[in-house]
Amino acid sequence: MATIQSIAGENEQHPDVALVVRVRAGDVSAFDELVRKYDRQIFRIALHITQNREDAEDVMQDAFLKAYEKLDQFQGNSKFYTWLVRIAVNESLMRLRKRRTGKMVSIDEDIETDEGTVPRDLADWAPDPEQNYTQAELRRILEKTIKGLPPGFRVVFELRDVQGLSTEDTAEALGLSVPAVKSRLLRARLQLRERLSRYFHRKKSSSKIGVEK
Amino acid sequence: MTCTEFLAMIDDLIDDTVTTEMRTELQEHLRTCEHCEVTLNTTRKTIQIYRSHQIYDMPAGLRDRLHNAIMARCKKGC
Repeated sequence: MATIQSIAGENEQHPDVALVVRVRAGDVSAFDELVRKYDRQIFRIALHITQNREDAEDVMQDAFLKAYEKLDQFQGNSKFYTWLVRIAVNESLMRLRKRRTGKMVSIDEDIETDEGTVPRDLADWAPDPEQNYTQAELRRILEKTIKGLPPGFRVVFELRDVQGLSTEDTAEALGLSVPAVKSRLLRARLQLRERLSRYFHRKKSSSKIGVEK
Repeated sequence: MTCTEFLAMIDDLIDDTVTTEMRTELQEHLRTCEHCEVTLNTTRKTIQIYRSHQIYDMPAGLRDRLHNAIMARCKKGC
């Protein structure tokens, strides 16, 4: 989970830079390392945007191939992963346009909605609410819940809170301003909280109470 | 501090990017507002649950298949 953040040192050389140098010198196995390091994250970003597993698989492949082809254009002043995310986001949006679903999806569209910004569900949650569900049930709940958010919110939440990128790196990867990232993150967090509340409420007269003591 | 003002700062509190003075003000509000305390705690829990139960995992077979396809094409010179 914290892998990206922990390797993202401030002023020291990022380990990815050494891998990029090796790839440029013709060492394909160094690119192999970059693929294995980031493929899961890129897949998740693509799926958050496309909402289609087949498309996400294609996007992941195309994004890495494009990164390989354009590696000469990668500037050391941005992080490799940030640069890669930007490619994957563009590929995801292109994939959606190709599908011509009629629904235009944009990352920079600012969705003005009050939903979730004013908490309505104020009941507390059970102490470990996720333990009331099996792993499969919980995964379904989490996927269904985040699907209800606009794509721009989903990707910001994924990059900032799940993958641990900084606000600045998230802004750079998505081509958004820092205030735009902050605004989306706040709304994403509050909307997810609101939507999860219906599953995680503390039960007032639950039959499971007998288990507690 | 009102609940609206508290909510506007909730991300900074969660991300620990508030000044000492602001933190004191936010904590002062929390002492008297159960609703904001619940919102803060459950928002933190929301983030923690999404972090510890990562969704959209790739099946291992798919990972290898895509990986091989990428490497095969790169070796041909892409």
